[in-house]
Amino acid sequence: MRQLGVFLVAALVIGTGAAYAAPPDTLTLGLPLEPPGLDPTAGAASAIREVTYANIFQGLTHIDENGQVQPDLASGWEISKDGLTYTFKLRSGVTFHDGTPFDCSIVKFSYGRAAAPESINAQKQLFAPIASVDCPSPDTAVVELKQPTSTFLYDMAWGDAVMIAPKTAAGNKAHPIGTGPFVFSRWVPGDRIELLRNDHYWGAAPKLKAVTFRVIGDPAAATAALLSGTLDAYTNFPAPEAVARFRQDPRFTVAIGHDEGKVILALNNARQPFSDVRVRQAIAYAIDRKAIIDAAYSGLGSPIGSHYTPQDPSYVDLTGAYPYDPAKAKALLAQAGVAPGTSFTIMLPPPSYAQRGGELIAAYLQQVGLNAKLQSVAWAQWLAQVFGQSAFDATVIAHTEARDLDIYARPHYYFNYASDQYKTLYAQYVAATDAAKQADLLQQLQRQLSADEPNIFLFALPKIGVWNAKLRGLWTNDPMPINDVTGAYWAP
Amino acid sequence: MRAFLLRRLATLVAALLVASLVVFVVLQILPGDPALVILGPDAQPDTLAALRHQLGIDLPVWLRYLHWIGSLLSGDFGRSTAYDIPVSDLILQRMAVTLPLAVMAMALAGVLAVPLGVAAAVRKARLADVGIMGLTQIGVALPDFWVGLLLILVLAVHAAWFPAGGFPGWWHGAGAAFRALILPTVALALPQAAILTRVARGAMLDIGSRDYLRTARAKGQRERRIVWRHAVPNALGPIITMMGLQFSFLLAGTIIIENVFALPGLGALLFQAIAQRDLVVVQDLVLLFVGIVIIVNAAVDLLNAAIDPRLVEATA
Amino acid sequence: MRVGLAIGGALTAGMLVLAALSLVWTPYPPTAIDIIHRLSRPSAAHWFGTDPFGRDVFSMVMVGTQDAVAVAALAVLLGTAIGVPAGMLAATRGGWTDETVMRGADLTFAFPAVLTAVMLTALRGAGAITEIIAIGVFTAPVLARTTRGAAAAIWVQDYARAARALGRTRRGVALVHVLPNILGLLIVQVTIQLSLAVLAEAGLSFVGLGAQPPAPSWGRMLNEAQTYIYTAPLLAVFPGLAIAAAVLGLNMLGDGLRDRFDPRRRRSAQ
Repeated sequence: MRQLGVFLVAALVIGTGAAYAAPPDTLTLGLPLEPPGLDPTAGAASAIREVTYANIFQGLTHIDENGQVQPDLASGWEISKDGLTYTFKLRSGVTFHDGTPFDCSIVKFSYGRAAAPESINAQKQLFAPIASVDCPSPDTAVVELKQPTSTFLYDMAWGDAVMIAPKTAAGNKAHPIGTGPFVFSRWVPGDRIELLRNDHYWGAAPKLKAVTFRVIGDPAAATAALLSGTLDAYTNFPAPEAVARFRQDPRFTVAIGHDEGKVILALNNARQPFSDVRVRQAIAYAIDRKAIIDAAYSGLGSPIGSHYTPQDPSYVDLTGAYPYDPAKAKALLAQAGVAPGTSFTIMLPPPSYAQRGGELIAAYLQQVGLNAKLQSVAWAQWLAQVFGQSAFDATVIAHTEARDLDIYARPHYYFNYASDQYKTLYAQYVAATDAAKQADLLQQLQRQLSADEPNIFLFALPKIGVWNAKLRGLWTNDPMPINDVTGAYWAP
Repeated sequence: MRAFLLRRLATLVAALLVASLVVFVVLQILPGDPALVILGPDAQPDTLAALRHQLGIDLPVWLRYLHWIGSLLSGDFGRSTAYDIPVSDLILQRMAVTLPLAVMAMALAGVLAVPLGVAAAVRKARLADVGIMGLTQIGVALPDFWVGLLLILVLAVHAAWFPAGGFPGWWHGAGAAFRALILPTVALALPQAAILTRVARGAMLDIGSRDYLRTARAKGQRERRIVWRHAVPNALGPIITMMGLQFSFLLAGTIIIENVFALPGLGALLFQAIAQRDLVVVQDLVLLFVGIVIIVNAAVDLLNAAIDPRLVEATA
Repeated sequence: MRVGLAIGGALTAGMLVLAALSLVWTPYPPTAIDIIHRLSRPSAAHWFGTDPFGRDVFSMVMVGTQDAVAVAALAVLLGTAIGVPAGMLAATRGGWTDETVMRGADLTFAFPAVLTAVMLTALRGAGAITEIIAIGVFTAPVLARTTRGAAAAIWVQDYARAARALGRTRRGVALVHVLPNILGLLIVQVTIQLSLAVLAEAGLSFVGLGAQPPAPSWGRMLNEAQTYIYTAPLLAVFPGLAIAAAVLGLNMLGDGLRDRFDPRRRRSAQ
């Protein structure tokens, strides 16, 4: 008991030592990477969305914790029978943080700017279907599409499709001005971004008065910052190896949720020996996924059998397709005529799942006679060399986009999977209108991927949340890399 | 003296020019497109081209070099593509971490080393000397980043007296910021203090046999007074020279120590800017580091020249 | 100081023996993964415990010696190959040559190894070669200065002047009279640079600019240890001890050699 007292005193001292920590109407959140600018319409980095999405900027629609589309600045909509005309009913009385009123002209401007020839929107293709935006009245926006696009409402919920005002659009990168519940206050590069409650918010006022995002990407420093109270919460905690430590500590809530990140060993299907399906299958047999999850992600995360995560609709469990079986792997390699000692290079981007996963994979491949050399590359180089030019043998990477089965149907995607059968199936899926038919095709697509094993499907990343046990209203799941803190509050 | 200064200035300018060319060329060959880094894998080709134009990286190489150097000469460090703020602001903000760290480490090293070195020299070959020299021999062998790790392990993880990393910033009161810098300062300072102690001892021993000390002793002055009034000031030359050399090491050391303690300083900025292909920031930082090292070395020579004018002749 | 020389020699020899031994024998294969026994504490089976992949830390530290020895030796060799001829040339020719070489040394010295390594890594990837070049670039000017200083001191000696007066060429005097006389000093300086190179190598691989996995390296092991500092703190101890022992050995060897070769010229070697 005395020890506990000492501990509490120590904790208090540390808490006040970090000063300014946590009176119960402020929240300090950890960020693994600093956003490069704060304009979600001018950059792809997920860190931009983690700070600004739903907190500062809002779109006509938004995504809830379960990945469902909800009304946001549009209170409702009607879709014409032919699927070509979307009539959005806009909320009235909404203003930007600088007082600029929100109306249909803003919608016209925002979408027009994103689709313009000089646009630098990272997801410009989302706006490609838009033919025109018309404003019959200030609170009604009529969007005409060139072709029916069933994902349109979902697409317009992306961070890249938020509403911005003409006057402030150019300055959003350094000083974002949106319509959301929080107002940008200050950004100290390399350290923190501070938001304050928007007192003129159109919706229910958030309970928090101030939210601070602190950039603490180093796993050990992030752990220390939570333990000392410097951080109240880390919704995307970068140190899986420290989770055990927090689970034992009643001061913290540990929330392991779903994330759309699929960690794969991507193989260049256009190169020898990976063009041979037996070689790819052999590699799948040679790797113990469970051990990889244990060592690379401290046992968190779930194995996957295709490019699809367990929480996705119509998921089929295919994790048993290639059980760990080095003997079988060797046999398959021999069948394919791959000589023992055949070597290739695995490119590893910076994240620890790739670095550690790559090291383990190389060790497993060694056991079946494949000599995998490892090469660490920075993101910029990975994007340019692996993604841009397909100049690679193999790489460990997490695909974070949700339900992105379409990438296997794209021509010349970086891993060069070319299966007419898959393309046909995918075209049937897109065209299907019947829900049962869609579900069946989704399952067929997964089975096809598992059979062809164009890449080695390893595991789905968990979303690790660690926060003060008194905090409520933070998201456990990660349908997109976002940090919606509108509903967060401290329990009394 | 004038020729000496001019020569130093010429070295500085030449070094900066070479450094600017080297870093610029390196960054041109660097694989990776800043526009692709910013916009990600889904970006359309025309979007990438639009951004390249906006960033000005679609201009010819030589034009960009001249533009950069020209702006530098007029005091404009350019604009960070990642933060969209002037690079000078960015560097100043990060300098607020790195500079105090390097200066505090240097000061701590000096404060530890001079008395220890003097004590060892005064008690030459006796127990205190052997003990101090033994300790410095070990201190010199310790990598500063490992000292940092051990300090974190003992004083932050086990005892929780200090934060294990991170930096709260100066604007919330200097206390918390200062606390965050204590462990990194100690980690940087200890190995340097060990080197400096050895130099200080050596310098003191060299001075020890000089005539004016004998004169002072003959006059019956107290030994302590002789040491601190006469010997130490005369031994400062080698000590200052060493500190100058060490400052370059310290500056390089901060790059690694910032990594250990997750401090948002210039080193962290350098790594991040390279990863994000924030080219102007990388160029400016490299020039800054090289410039500081050369200026500090020149300052040390000047100081030495002020202490002992004969040195000017010697280096000339 | 005889004791110092002996200890330094023994530690250095020990490091070399360990590096050589690790080529043929380690208690466990250093890359053998054993997930079930991951992060185990030091025991009779694993003297230094195991890492997050269940690999034997003692074996990894042993093999890490190879990386440290090879990189440090080659980097200093590179620095010596550039620095010593440059310094000799400066002392022999004097005048503009001297000025150019020395200002060039100032200039090169202004590039700390980390800075060079950061740029080289961005350009051609991290690895041993990157480290060797970065450390070599930083070593060359130090050796150039030492060589030039020591050689200049010999040139003003009577025997050197006499030889020159007897009609020997500058080059001849430099090779026959100057070089042999500064060799001891150079050996001392090289030893000191070796210890600095081991430190620099550890620092570079700690920040990810050095040897790539799976080749074990002391610096990278420490980097990995940092993420486990709350769960497996001992991982941060052993690789650091190895670095410290190697550097300590080289330093003591250098000091001992200095006393032996030339007790009077202690300061010029600084």
